[in-house]
Order: sequence, then C-alpha cells, then structure tokens
Amino acid sequence: MSEVLKGRAWVFGDDVDTDLIYHNKYLAETDPKNMPQYSFEYYPGKEGFAKGVKPGDFVVAGKNFGCGSSREHAVYCLKEAGVPVILAETCSRIYYRNAINNAYPVLFVKGISDAIKAGKLNDGDELEVSLSAGEIKNATNGETFHGDAVSDLEKDIMSAGGLIPYLKSHKK
Amino acid sequence: MGKTFAEKALGKAAGHEVSANEVVTVEPDFCMSHDNTGPISRTFKKIGVKKVWKPERLVVILDHGVPAPSSDHAVNHKEAREFMAEQGAPNFYDVSSDGGVCHQKFPEEGFALPGLVVIGSDSHTCTYGAFGAFATGIGRSEMAAAWATGQIWFKVPESMKINVRGKFKKGVSPKDFILKVMGDVKSDGADYMSVEFHGSGIDEMSVAGRMTLCNLGIEMGAKNAVCKPDRKVLDYIKGREKASNWEPLWADADAAYTKELNYDLGDIVPGIAKPHTVDNYAAIDEVKGTKINQAFLGSCTNGRMEDLREAAAILKGKRAAVRTIVIPASWNVYREAMRDGTLDTLLDAGCIVCNSGCGPCLGAHMGTLAPGEACVSTANRNFKGRMGDKDSFIYLASPYTVAASALKGELSDPREAL
Repeated sequence: MSEVLKGRAWVFGDDVDTDLIYHNKYLAETDPKNMPQYSFEYYPGKEGFAKGVKPGDFVVAGKNFGCGSSREHAVYCLKEAGVPVILAETCSRIYYRNAINNAYPVLFVKGISDAIKAGKLNDGDELEVSLSAGEIKNATNGETFHGDAVSDLEKDIMSAGGLIPYLKSHKK
Repeated sequence: MGKTFAEKALGKAAGHEVSANEVVTVEPDFCMSHDNTGPISRTFKKIGVKKVWKPERLVVILDHGVPAPSSDHAVNHKEAREFMAEQGAPNFYDVSSDGGVCHQKFPEEGFALPGLVVIGSDSHTCTYGAFGAFATGIGRSEMAAAWATGQIWFKVPESMKINVRGKFKKGVSPKDFILKVMGDVKSDGADYMSVEFHGSGIDEMSVAGRMTLCNLGIEMGAKNAVCKPDRKVLDYIKGREKASNWEPLWADADAAYTKELNYDLGDIVPGIAKPHTVDNYAAIDEVKGTKINQAFLGSCTNGRMEDLREAAAILKGKRAAVRTIVIPASWNVYREAMRDGTLDTLLDAGCIVCNSGCGPCLGAHMGTLAPGEACVSTANRNFKGRMGDKDSFIYLASPYTVAASALKGELSDPREAL
C-alpha cells in the first residue's frame, strides 16, 4: 500500500461551494457519467476544467470544500472525471459523507489553505500523493504536505467500494 | 458533567448514554426527501432489498421544481410517485395544493417533533431543530441505505452554544440576527457541530423565527441546529403529531461546549450577506444604495406568514421599483395570506405571487437572473450564479430589508421605510 499517485494539480481556494463544483442548473441529471462535463463551470478561471482535466489529476483546495447543498453530483462529477482524490484543508460534513459513501477519498491536509494563498501550489504543478502514508509532494517546487488518516469505519466502507456495496456485503 | 442536546437525542435513539465523538447507529424516526426521491429509489433498488424497512417513515414532498419546469424534472417526479405507490408509502405530497416547500410542509404536517431523529436528503433539513428534533441533511446514497436498513451511523457531534438575550428593535428580525451570527462564526465555523440556541431572546421568538435560525445552521457547516422545545412548540405540534415517541429534550445547564457565543438582539441591525458567500456580512449602512434588479421573498428560510406580513407592512400602498417575486412557503401559507389580505397588498404593490415551491432560490425557474443582474433575496444561499447566470449577484436579507429594497430598486434600510 505504498502506491504513489502522480498527476497535475488544479488549485482552488477556500469555501468552494457545491454550486461552484456542480451547478444546480444540472441537478435533474442523474447519470454520474454525464456529470463531469459540468464540473466547475461556475468557478471563475476554472471554466476549462471540465475539458482540460485528465484522469489522475488532483483537485487541491483550501478550507470547507463542498459547503452548501447535499447534492452527490458534486462528488460524482470529479470521481467520474478520474480525479483520484481531493486534497483539502477541510471539507463540509455532508460532502465528506457523500465522498466516503462513494468510496471517494478526501485527504485532509493541514496548512494547504495557506500554502495555496502563498503560491506554493499552482495549477499544473506535478504532485506525488501517497494515500496510505498521507504524504503529498509538489514535485514542481519540492514543497511537502502531510494529510490525516481516515477512521476504520470509513476505511471499511471505502474498501468495500462505497456504502451500497458495503451494505450488500453485510446484508443478513 | 451534563449532556448536550445532541448527546441526549442520539442517546435516546441509540438506547444508551452517549457522549460527543462516539459513533452510534440509530433508527431514524423519519426520512425526508423531495424531487431527488426518484434517483434515490434507483440506488435503493441496486441494494437488492425490495421493501423499504418501514414505508410509513418516508416523507416525500415535491418542491424543487414544481410544477416540473423540464421533462428531466418530470421524470424525477414520476419516479417518486411510482415508487411511493409501489412501496405503499402513505406520506407523499405531490404537486397539488396540499404541498409546499419540504421544510415548511414537514412541520406543518406534524413530522417535526421534539426529540426525534430526522434525516433528509436536503441540506436544510436542520430546520426541524426549531421543534426540538435532531435533524440533519445527508446525501442520496445514504438515504437509499437508510431506507433499506432502517439505520444510519452518526458521530455524536460536539456542540456550540449561542446565548441570546434582549429584543429586536423595530425593523429587525431573526434573519438579521442569524446573518450576523453567520458572519461571526463563518461558513465553516460550526463544521460537524450541533448548534444550540439558548436564552430569553429565543424564548421570546416565534417558532417561525426559530425555523429561520435553524434553517441556516448548515450555512455555518453545522450537522444540526436546535432550539428548546417550549410551550410555543408544544402548542404548534398539538393535534398534528405523526409519531407518538416524541419527547421534549434539552441540554443540561452544565453540558460541555466547544464554543460559546453571546448576543443581545437589541444590538442587531438589518444585515446583508453580500455575494458570493453566506458569511460575507455587512450591516445595511455599509451597502445601502447598491442597485438591484430583482427582489425575492420566499423559500424555506423566509416564506412564512410572518415574513409575508413584514414585507407587506413596508409595501402597503406603495409600488415596487423592481420585479418582486413572492413565493409562500406552502399552500397553507398561501391561503392564509390570501384570506388576511396580505397577498392583495403585495399584488397591489406590483409583486407577482408564484405557486409554492423552491422557485428561483436554486435557479430552477420562476425568476432566474441575467448576466450582471443583482437580486436581494430572503433565501439561504448567495453562491455565485445560484439563481441563474454565473455573472449575477445575490444579496441575502430579511423580509423587511427585501421589501424596503424592492421599493427603491437598491439595498435599503427597512427602518426608514416602516
């Protein structure tokens, strides 16, 4: 479990709300596969995300990522785009639960909000992320960051592939 | 050491004493969902369980796009309708004059009761804390799982105590207070926490006003928000109760809090949350004169009778300078406002009154914004582009301030209009 993921960073600020991630205009869409095309459409300067994101790229954000609505679209649209993990200082409660329930990792990284503000993480930087060790290295400038580990229950749900597969495997 | 409200409510549901940060699994008393019921039912079917664990625990209220503004919305409604029929689930509020915004209808119908655990696949489910319920928003997958298993896990939250005393001055209302609190606490200041409102200022407040406070708990990141279920709440729920296992619960005086804040309502002034974050607070003096193109009075935050009356008090005998959209939070509110003349007053002032539902709050229909336009709104979120074009602006305010601003076509101090 020492796999290191490598990819480019897409860097966002604090309080990235669910309308910025996935606008309510597209809420009637229910197929996760159709959701990536709308990702970050409303985020100033990131209009090109949906077209430009490549599988393996990382979403990097500051505090309170995913605040606002309970819409799961905001998780699907990034997961389906192939973003393997969200790296954020903190994340809203409902967004976090939705992420875990869909086996989608969010790594909480202390100091990342300030690092973004200080220009230590920029769009296009090459990152190396070890989920198991919680280590993040910005290969572009050598900066390193450390993320928190997840709890056992969360790990169980994640390793089953999400809440629904977890329940299926635990069904009496 | 005493217990917080969250510890008591989750302890009651778990059947044993619990403390903050403990993980518990409980059976929800009610599961609320709205137009997203269709997609939830699809996920539910994937689990491989045929029947919902207790169909009578489901409460489904269509409100996000009613009547359906597109065929995609119509498909979601149709699926919800068929699923509820197939499950023999009785608590379904379809597109009819029995309906309304879910967070208004749910209490009106007697599902929001003291001491119950309510989950809803909508972030503003925390509104029911105004009735002393432990109520919190969850996602769709989690709702499907709860329907299948009758269980949901929670980490018992730590709690924040907000002590409130004093009385509002003229032209100031609960929305102004909670906008100020959001500005102080910030949009993540209560992340994962249970927010308790205490004190004589809350005791004096109407149940509708408390709903406005609890509704906005999520905008500070809270898991739930709650007020003490007092005589006013007991009077409200009398004759409506849809469950018998409710019980008024409240925090002990010596409970432990992570954070404590104190406010005097007499110090509160009309306030605004400026674009594009809910905690971007300004007192009205700082933003007075900002041009607006639309005013919106409605939503689960401020679409109740007293909200409409407050706006009408300002608009009476005058004419709005910009398009003003009024959406009563339920058809019961609509009827009452029709009977007591409030709707006439608003219509005479040039407002248009739309059917009850979420309307333009989330940009679905009935008043979306063009590029460059600004709206002053009684709703709960001013996220960039939430009400329409991504280059539009939303200012959150009280019904008084929305009405006063509608009259002038710019953000205005309601105290000068009353």
